[in-house]
Amino acid sequence: MDFGLTDEQEMIVDTVRAFVARELVPHENQVEATGVVAPELVAEITQKALAAGIYAANMPAELGGGGLDNLTMAMVDRAFGFTQYALHYIVARPSNILQACQGAQVDDYLLPTISGERVDCLAMSEPDAGSDVRGMSCKATRDGDHYVIKGTKHFISHADLADYVILFVATGEEETARGPKKLISSFLVDFDTPGVEVVPGYNCVSNRGYHNMIINFDNARVPASKLLGEEHRGFDVANEWLGATRLQVAAISLGRADRALSVATEWAATREQFGQKIGKFQGVSFKLADMTTKLTEAEMMTYRAAWKMDQNTMTDGDAAMAKLSATEMLQFVSDEAIQILGGMGLMDELPLERIWRDARVDRIWDGTSEIQRHIISREILRPLGA
Amino acid sequence: MKVVVCVKQIPDPADPGALDPETNTLKRDTKLILDESDSYGVEMALQLVDAAGDGEVHLVSMAANNEVGGLRTALAMGASSATIVSDDALGGSDALGTSKVLAAAIARQEPDLVLAGTESSDGYTGVVPEQVAELMGLPSVTFAKSISIEGGEAKIQRQTEAGYDDVECPLPVVVSVTAGVVEPRYPSFKGIMAAKSKPVDELDLDALGIDAAQVGWAGAGQEIVAVDEAPAREAGEVIEDDGDAHERIVAFLDDLKIL
Ligand SMILES: Cc1cc2nc3c(=O)[nH]c(=O)nc-3n(C[C@H](O)[C@H](O)[C@H](O)COP(=O)(O)OP(=O)(O)OC[C@H]3O[C@@H](n4cnc5c(N)ncnc54)[C@H](O)[C@@H]3O)c2cc1C
Repeated sequence: MDFGLTDEQEMIVDTVRAFVARELVPHENQVEATGVVAPELVAEITQKALAAGIYAANMPAELGGGGLDNLTMAMVDRAFGFTQYALHYIVARPSNILQACQGAQVDDYLLPTISGERVDCLAMSEPDAGSDVRGMSCKATRDGDHYVIKGTKHFISHADLADYVILFVATGEEETARGPKKLISSFLVDFDTPGVEVVPGYNCVSNRGYHNMIINFDNARVPASKLLGEEHRGFDVANEWLGATRLQVAAISLGRADRALSVATEWAATREQFGQKIGKFQGVSFKLADMTTKLTEAEMMTYRAAWKMDQNTMTDGDAAMAKLSATEMLQFVSDEAIQILGGMGLMDELPLERIWRDARVDRIWDGTSEIQRHIISREILRPLGA
Repeated sequence: MKVVVCVKQIPDPADPGALDPETNTLKRDTKLILDESDSYGVEMALQLVDAAGDGEVHLVSMAANNEVGGLRTALAMGASSATIVSDDALGGSDALGTSKVLAAAIARQEPDLVLAGTESSDGYTGVVPEQVAELMGLPSVTFAKSISIEGGEAKIQRQTEAGYDDVECPLPVVVSVTAGVVEPRYPSFKGIMAAKSKPVDELDLDALGIDAAQVGWAGAGQEIVAVDEAPAREAGEVIEDDGDAHERIVAFLDDLKIL
């Protein structure tokens, strides 16, 4: 088993670190203070990321993306995780699900999103359907060669920057032994479609400057050609492509923990109380030992899941374990880092209070920790019929 | 158009390693990286070839053990190929010994233009580009802040203390590029993936036809007799303002001949 990085991976990570340090970190304070990334800055970072060839790194090279495998992508996301998500997000990573585009969808959505001309967002969640996504009430009804969409989606990340949405809606119902079950389909819906309205969502404690929006569909007519994948097969498309998103959350958590740990380590090695460096107190040094151990555990699990994804052997449980361990590790590491700094840890002079706040959403979005445990436990028990 | 860029691979300044106590030279047994001051030459070369519409950028480097860590970065930025010169007899080479090796390796490429940094970030001798030009019998222009190729000539803005000189020079010419005058591009992911398959020619002294006695410790005209810690900076003079502080500052700057 080889745990080393290849020369290419090392260079790729170096490039991302340099980009983060030079192009993103200098804007962190401004974004934290104002809660927005100015449109000119979005445009500037987009252009620089495109010029540097690191935009859409997850997309195949033959389509104009970076062509990175999932393992290298996890390393890249970790390096980006050093900074704030509102800035990181601009160096886009279009949803992998767009690779399900067919025919005209390739030229209309996939390619322009990879080249930075269009920006996607993805909507499943609704006010009454969170973890239980299949419980969604937003629906599309066939009308000739169109579908008519009605309903509301909420918590839709960066819909303010996007110009279309990868939308999941109910298109029917089937009878099963356990009662009726909604059939879900996926659509590509342009925001300039009459009847589609994007409005501001809620103020969130995590990821300042990265906004969630509400999207209302009031009998919006969408051509049938905008169906992504087959009708009623929306979750098949999602299952095929969305595992990568959980790994992304896991990998970014590693990067945030790297930063928190380095701040805490430096503090422990330099801050003096009772006439000695506080790192000499076991109460402090053992914290660093536990933080490092948990970070390394999460790293192993994340890279292993990504590697398995490249081998086409990753299970839902592998991705769930990576997300669960990395996000819970980050909660622990960011909290202990603040403890090591004491009061200074809570002040916005240092990035710890931000990392601590930002970490909170990671145990909720892309499947709560409970849902990840559900996925893992089902994988253990289902084969036994339990 | 063919542009050759001299690139030095140096120990990472973030992790510079140690001095060899016997030779007083830097131990180079760690991984080497592209000297940042050479990244400007690489960027300028890539821009010139882009502007010309065709051509290539070739890198030339001298380092122990055919080390290519730093060359890969420049290849990933977009250079087409490279020459690395390694030979056990090259250990201890001074600036002139290095220049002999680089000049011989560059000559094989028959370039239209040779670019180099003004000085390396580890040795700081700052004489290699001019020595290379002399050894190759080519004109030498130093401290370029911009270069363009027009009508088969190089038009160079040469930075001076007061501003810049406009210099025109026939090709080929050896030009040293001032650090910071262009923004070196990031190696793109695609470039990084492609870098490994780009040709790197490995040469030794025999291949270059250089006599080992002319280079390395054997040929070095210099010996580093001692290395001392730089003295700690002395505290500056604090001027309390009694109403005449501005005059005293002016007088101080005047003394330094800054005004
Ligand atoms: C900032 C932010 C951005 C988001 N961006 C997007 C986006 O871009 N697109 C999108 O579609 N969604 C997005 N989401 C939605 C996110 O995926 C959901 O919040 C998440 O799936 C949880 O749903 P919920 O918030 O409705 O909580 P609920 O599902 O109501 O859960 C409430 C609690 O019940 C627990 N629970 C629920 N079911 C079970 C169960 N079966 N077993 C055990 N416990 C259970 C949960 O774990 C949780 O603790 C975003 C959310 C946030 C906060």
